[in-house]
This record gives sequence, structure tokens and C-alpha cells, in this order.
Amino acid sequence: MRDKLDIVDFNTLFKSETYEQQRERKREFEAPCSPSQVTETLEYSQSQEYKDKNFSRSSLVVNPAKACQPLGAVMAALGFEKTLPFLHGSQGCAAYFRSHLSRHFKEPVPAVSSSMTEDGAVFGGLRNLVDGLENCMALYKPEMIAVSTTCMAEVIGDDLQAFIETARQEGVISRDIPVPYANTPSFSGSHITGYDAMLKSILSFLYNESKVKLSTEEDLTKLNVILGFEPYTGNFAEIKKILSAFGLEYTVLGDHSGNFDSPAAGEYSYYYGGTKLTDVPKAASATGTISLQKYAVKKTIEYIQGEWNQQIVSTYTPIGIGATDRLLQSIADLTGSEIPAELQEERGRVVDALTDSHSYLHGKRVALVGDPDLLLGLIGFCLEVGMEPVHIVCTNGDKEFLQEAEELLASSLYGEEATVHNGHDLWHMRSLLISNPVDLAIGSSHLKYAAKDANVPLIRIGFPIFDRHHMHRYSIIGYQGTLNILSLIVNTVLEQLDQNAPEYGFDLVR
Amino acid sequence: MSTDLGGKRQLIDDMLEAYPAKAKKDRSKHYEVNNEELINCGKCAIKSNMKSRPGVMTVRGCAYAGSKGVVWGPIKDVVHISHGPVGCGQYSWGTRRNYSSGTLGVDNFTAMQITSDFQETDIVFGGDKKLEVMCREIKEMFPLAKGISIQTECPVGLIGDDIEAVAKKMSNELGIPIIPVRCEGFRGVSQSLGHHIANDAIRDFLMGKGELEECGPYDVNIIGDYNIGGDAWASRILLEEMGLRVIAQWSGDGTINELMIAHKSKLNLIHCHRSMNYMCTTLEREYGIPWMEYNFFGPTKTIQSLRAIADRFDDHIRANCEKVIAKYQVEMDAIIGKYRPRLEGKKVMLLIGGLRPRHTIGAYEDLGMEIVASGYEFGHKDDYERTFPELKDGTIIYDDPSAYELEELAQKLDIDLMGAGVKEKYVYHKMGIPFRQMHSWDYSGPYHGFDGFKIFARDMDMTVNSPVWNLMGTPDRKTVSV
Repeated sequence: MRDKLDIVDFNTLFKSETYEQQRERKREFEAPCSPSQVTETLEYSQSQEYKDKNFSRSSLVVNPAKACQPLGAVMAALGFEKTLPFLHGSQGCAAYFRSHLSRHFKEPVPAVSSSMTEDGAVFGGLRNLVDGLENCMALYKPEMIAVSTTCMAEVIGDDLQAFIETARQEGVISRDIPVPYANTPSFSGSHITGYDAMLKSILSFLYNESKVKLSTEEDLTKLNVILGFEPYTGNFAEIKKILSAFGLEYTVLGDHSGNFDSPAAGEYSYYYGGTKLTDVPKAASATGTISLQKYAVKKTIEYIQGEWNQQIVSTYTPIGIGATDRLLQSIADLTGSEIPAELQEERGRVVDALTDSHSYLHGKRVALVGDPDLLLGLIGFCLEVGMEPVHIVCTNGDKEFLQEAEELLASSLYGEEATVHNGHDLWHMRSLLISNPVDLAIGSSHLKYAAKDANVPLIRIGFPIFDRHHMHRYSIIGYQGTLNILSLIVNTVLEQLDQNAPEYGFDLVR
Repeated sequence: MSTDLGGKRQLIDDMLEAYPAKAKKDRSKHYEVNNEELINCGKCAIKSNMKSRPGVMTVRGCAYAGSKGVVWGPIKDVVHISHGPVGCGQYSWGTRRNYSSGTLGVDNFTAMQITSDFQETDIVFGGDKKLEVMCREIKEMFPLAKGISIQTECPVGLIGDDIEAVAKKMSNELGIPIIPVRCEGFRGVSQSLGHHIANDAIRDFLMGKGELEECGPYDVNIIGDYNIGGDAWASRILLEEMGLRVIAQWSGDGTINELMIAHKSKLNLIHCHRSMNYMCTTLEREYGIPWMEYNFFGPTKTIQSLRAIADRFDDHIRANCEKVIAKYQVEMDAIIGKYRPRLEGKKVMLLIGGLRPRHTIGAYEDLGMEIVASGYEFGHKDDYERTFPELKDGTIIYDDPSAYELEELAQKLDIDLMGAGVKEKYVYHKMGIPFRQMHSWDYSGPYHGFDGFKIFARDMDMTVNSPVWNLMGTPDRKTVSV
């Protein structure tokens, strides 16, 4: 089995002298910038003057940390049993969403498109939608089809409600098959807005369609749980563990953990897990709803509060001891139960771990990038362990997020140095990291370029994570998730210590 | 291989029974089973380059993907604006692995996502003003950018923006080429029209605009190599060793200057015919530059191609060519000696893009593997005509198959390896079928040339013969053997 042929990979291969020389020869035809121009411009890009110009950009967006609405709609759709996401518009969009989610989860992402082309732009996409529904029913046999729109359909103003009704009248799709739809234009909001729109549409559709409100005693005592645009399948397992410890019955509204973490068992079946469609109308009678994201599900929460008239506890991503304490207390208050002993014990073990590691975390300056809910969770975690957030970039937050983030930071001495740059991008972050260095950067894989330019170690938390495997399979919420994040961070710090250690400081024990 | 043509056709027909009548009629035209007649005459009736049926889960992308993603994106010293909403640029950011040298964000702008991030107001009032400001801001932020390309997304073409006027105005103001590319995703039926539109923009704005100080008798261009995992570098090295001078590389690791001086070459060498044939015919028409196709996958095809290329020159080059072949022959024999016994007779199914459904056949065959089905996401008739002669009697050839069709066929044909893209990859992992991504080389590569074939052979072996596939099953079935 030993490989004696010495086959080198692309990194080694192209570093060889032969290829070095080739690169030089090629430059003759490139009309390249001179090495000094490159050096000067690189230095300029690290200057204060450049940073000022960078922050005065009004139109140019460089390396944003957000995706577009229908991507979130696809994720929302895949949270329901045997549901096929259907994208009405150009077909390239569907290809992109499927690839993007597959690169993060390393899982298949079924979704179809109505494949509109130029004639659709002129005549509208009715025929595409009708034929598309007929074809996908025949091939993929979904029990629900969740339709969302891409730019093209939005700009030309296709009337989804009327189109779907036409499809039903033409008999291509049975009245028994729910076809909720959401308008998800990519030119407003971001992937979290699209998640929200689709989730709300699915809940309201299934609720309104159910002719009989079958509320049993059991339904009344159940709890609803929403995770939102959740890139961590491990978080589903974590919240289920917590609720089981409470001994509670619950319904997860939008559970895509099955579809994004399905087993390799020798066959592929398209649909794995997901919220049962029949559970949705029953969920309207639940005791209340706990939502583990708030900015990503604003409209859905409004809907549940208004239409289902439910008590809601919504929190940003519950990372850290304090946030988890509050979550558990809310669950206890809402359901009139006690916080179970096993969770209290788990809390103790995680606090123990935090005390063990505190000396490597204290005073560490960090930069954070992510969606609003994740950022608030991470800020909370940093503050409670003595880490100091410095640069916080959010591309897709709103004013309310900005205010909440600033208040949270103001609540702690460790938040004093922080600035929240809402509506900014990762090219801004690059300037921030270079002009005011930090010890650690935390964010998605997209942050790797800025982190490299600034020579800051990157801790991958968030979405998307393309260049590391399986991180999304572990939780980042609750006490256990806090431990996972702690060990990720502290071990990165320790690895840095080893890497940068002089001979004498290469300690065996840390 | 079985040449039971009737059986294969029956298999296809049975599979298509799942479709509603209209779609079934359409889909059946996109299949053919190879036979002697097709192999010999190369003419085929297979339908291609037609609209995908809605709702079938096509593997295809769009014109923007073909232009920004494929042809323009790799041009490293140009800033490419994804003009419109944020998504298209986000999803195509840094995912194709078109390698290039240079300093990212300083004199290289390939793995960056530059977007106008359209908002509702841009849709209502138009995005032209914003585009103007963006061009100025690009010049400020990236002073070494040699040009700007404007890659339009769907809304731009629907709201009536005049990006051509903005490009002209700003090009004058900033003194660099600014190239409008109308590659809105709704145009055409696949990535393919995007390639064509991208080629036309090169023709209209850059072709013939540059000067080459000294021209030589051995000047050639590499056309249609996107340097995935370093493919173009592993190809260029062979041409240079043979004594040829590569003056332009389109477009992997390419520069705007190479786009502008390519008309000075003596011969165009085209690898991906699908995505850049338009420029070869244009350069032939306008400048009389002949072109030829070549195939640098696998030693057999690479050697054939090297000799065919050398034959376009003189004895000096021909002699060099033989030296190059002799130099690598030993290494190639060792690779085949090691991997062929491990891969002999393994059945492969492919669904890829521009050239690979036919160009990689030889590389698989060098390893003793057999292609049992192959086809294109967005091929045209000329691609299929070139494909039939490369495949054996009885091979299934398909055009734009849906996810359903691929999965059915993979199971029915009992394949040992599937080669397609990331959207397909994890489905096959569930099914326990070894899979390689054949667009991104599954984060490996290069696969071109002799250096590339070593990696190709190693990769196919590691995937086909990995023990992980034996772990499928359930504990009680005791299917696991170690």
C-alpha cells in the first residue's frame, strides 16, 4: 500500500523550481505590475489613509458576509417532512443554493427550479411554474412543495398565489399537497430574511389549511421550538437534549437536522426527518414558543404571537453560561417546571472547564463576524470569560441589532473597546484587523482572507464553513455548546503559543 | 461491456416512464446508446442546448455562471463586478479553484466578491448611478487593477439599465478598460450562452488591442484552460519544454494583456472547445490564426496531442516533442503499473461540463477503467459529435440529465465511480458509490499533463478503493469486512 511514486500535491508541485521559472517566463506576457508597485500598493492598503477611504465607500461592496433571501428559504423548506424546495425564477439560482449549502453541510440539497428563460421575462413564468410543479411531483414525490422566488420572478412581478391556483385547477397538483410560497427577493434583506419569510409562510399555510383544529390535552402542554437559520445540526441535538432533560414534549418548527445530517446507509431517499406537517396546526395550541434566534425569525415570531396568540421567549443564539441560564429559566417559567438537576450539573462541569482555561482567554482581543443572532451570542460569551471584543462586523443587521449589541457591550468592562460596524463587509474588517490588531478572529470561512492578510488566527464559527469538516455537527449552544466553543478557542490559543514559542518556552504543560 | 443496445434503450425508456407525458417526450430525445454507426460517422440525433424542463432538478447553472464563473472570473488583474443583488457573487466566490499567481486584493482579484449589492431602490430607480460610483471606488481601493468587467445579474437586464453607457463613460474617466458583459442568468438555457457572451465581450473590447514586442515562429496561445488546481500550468510546462512559446493563457491565471496580445500568435491550442471556440473562430477569421483542439488528460491522449501539436511546426519541435515524451514515459509507465491493476475494469459514469465528458475518457482508459455512461450539462451538437467516436459500443450518452435520471442510471449500471459536481457528490456518498467532483477536481489537481495524470491516477484509486465504502450497512448485517 505504500506510495513509492512520490506523487506531490499542487502546493508542492508548483513550488518546484521548474514551475517557479515558468511563472517568471509567463510574466513577460502579463504586462505585470512591478514588484515594487505591488509592495507599495500592499503597504498603502495597510495605511490609515487607505482605511479612511475604505470606510468612505458608498456603493462598492467587497467580500460581504451575507447571502441572499432564497438560500434561507431553501433551508427553511428542508426543515419540514418530505418537503421539496421549489425556486421560481432562473435555474442558476437553484444550482448556487444547492452548491452553497452542500459545501457547508457536506450533504445533498434537493431543490428544483422553474427554469425561467427570456420568454419568461416577456410572458411571465406561469407555464414554468405549472410544468415545474407537475414534473417535480412525478419525480420526487414530495408531500409539500415550498415555493420561493428568485430575482427574475420578483422583478417581473409574477403572482405566485394565482399561478399555484392555476396549477391546481389544471389538476397537475392535487389539493392535498400543500404549496406554501414566499416572496424572497434577493435585493432586500439577506439569507436570514428569506428563512423567516419561508418559515412563516409554511406555518401559516399549514395552520390555515387544516380544517379541523385537533387540539388534544397533550398539544396544549407542548412547547414549540424554533432554531432559525441554523448552520449547526449539532444545535438541534443540543436543544432536544435540554428539553428531554426537562421531560417536556415539544415540536421543533423547522427541523432541518435530518436533511443536513443524514446517514450513509447504501441508499438515498431525498427526504430525511423534518417537522411533521400534521404537527404544525397542533403547534398553534402549544403552551408557548421558544426561539433560539430572534433577528432571523422576526416575522415568524410576530405571526406566532399575533395569530397563534402564544407566549414567546426569543433569544439570540444562546452561547455561554449566562445566555444558557436565561434560556433554561425561560423554559422553566413558561412550562412551570424546575431546571433539571442534570443540567445544573452539566453547568457546573462547563464552568469548571472555563475556570481551568480562563488564563488563556482573559484579555484576548477578538474580532467577530456573523449574522446578528450569532454575534450577540458570541459577544455574550466573550464578555463572560474576560475576552475583549474589538471589531464586530455585521453585514446584515438592523438598527435594533445594533442597539442591542451596543447595550450588551456597554454592560461589561470587557466590552469597552468594541465597535459594532453594522452594514459593513469583510474588506472593512481587513482594514480594522490591520490598523488595530487583535489576537483572534472569529467568523465564517470567508473571513480567512482578511485574517490571513492581518496574520490573525481564524476560529471558524458561523456560516458558511467550507474549509473545515464536521464543525457544524457539534453544538455551539447550551452548556455543552459553550464547552465546544471554549475548547475550540482555547486550543487555538494554545496552538498559537506553541507555534510562536522560542526554544525555552515550548512548554510541555499548559 | 455488453453491447445489448436494446437492453440499454429499454433501461432508459423504463426510467423515463416516471415523467409526465410532455417531459418524457422531451427527455427521451436527450439520450442515445452508442453504436458502430455513431462511432464511425459521428453524427447523432441527440438533442442538446435546449431548455431544461422545469422542476426536474437539472444540474445546470446559468449564463452568469458561464461568464463570471467560467470565462471572466479567472482573469486575475481585472476586478469583476457582480452587478446586481448579493447572491450570485457570493455563491461563486472562491469556489472554482481557478488558481493564479499574484497578491490577492493588490494585483490579483480572483478570489474576491465585488458586488453592487442591489437594494429595492436600485431596482426602482436603476443601478447606473451606483455603478458609476462603484467604478471610481474600485479605482481608489484597487489602484493596480488593469480593468473592470461588469457581469450583470438577472435584475439588471429586466429594469433597463444602460451599463454599456456607464462602462464607456467611466472607462474614459478612469483610463482603464471597463467591459460590460450582459450575462444575466435568464439568458439562454445554461452556462453555455454565458460563455458565448463572455467571448463576444473579449472580442468587442480587448481582442487585437495589445502589442507584442517580438513575435516568434513558435508563439502559441492556450485557449480554454481555466487552471483548475493548476491545470494550465501543468499543460504550459509541456508546450514550453517542447520549444513553443505560450504568449497567452485564456483565461486561467490570465491577464488583460494576454487577452489583448493573443492575436499575435501562430496557433491557437484549444482545450475547452465548448467555452471558447467562439474566440478561436473569431481569431481565425480576423487574423488568420489557425486553431486545433488538444487533450491533455492521460498519457495516451497527451502524447497524441503533443505529437499533433508538434506536427504543426518543424523538425526541431518534433524532435523536442519526442524528447519530452521519452522523458515522461518512464514516470507514466510506473503510474500505470501501480494503479491499473487496482482499477482495471471499474465502471465509470460521468456528468460534467464543457470538455471533460469526452476529454477524460482516455485518462480513465489508461487506467483500465471503462466509461459506461457520459454526458454534458450544457453541450451542443458539436460536442456530442466529438464524443461518440471516443466511446465504446453500448455506452449511454445523455444530455442535461436530471438528478433522478443520474441516480437511477448509476444504480442500474452498477457503477464503481461517479464523476460529477458538488451538488451530486453527497447523494452518491449516501448510496455508497465512490464519487469524484470533476469540476473542482475535488479540491485536488492538477489533472492536466503528465504531472496532472499522476494526481488523477492517485485520486481515482483512493476514491474507488477506499475501505470506507465497505463500512456501509447495518451492524447486524455484518457487511463490514476489514
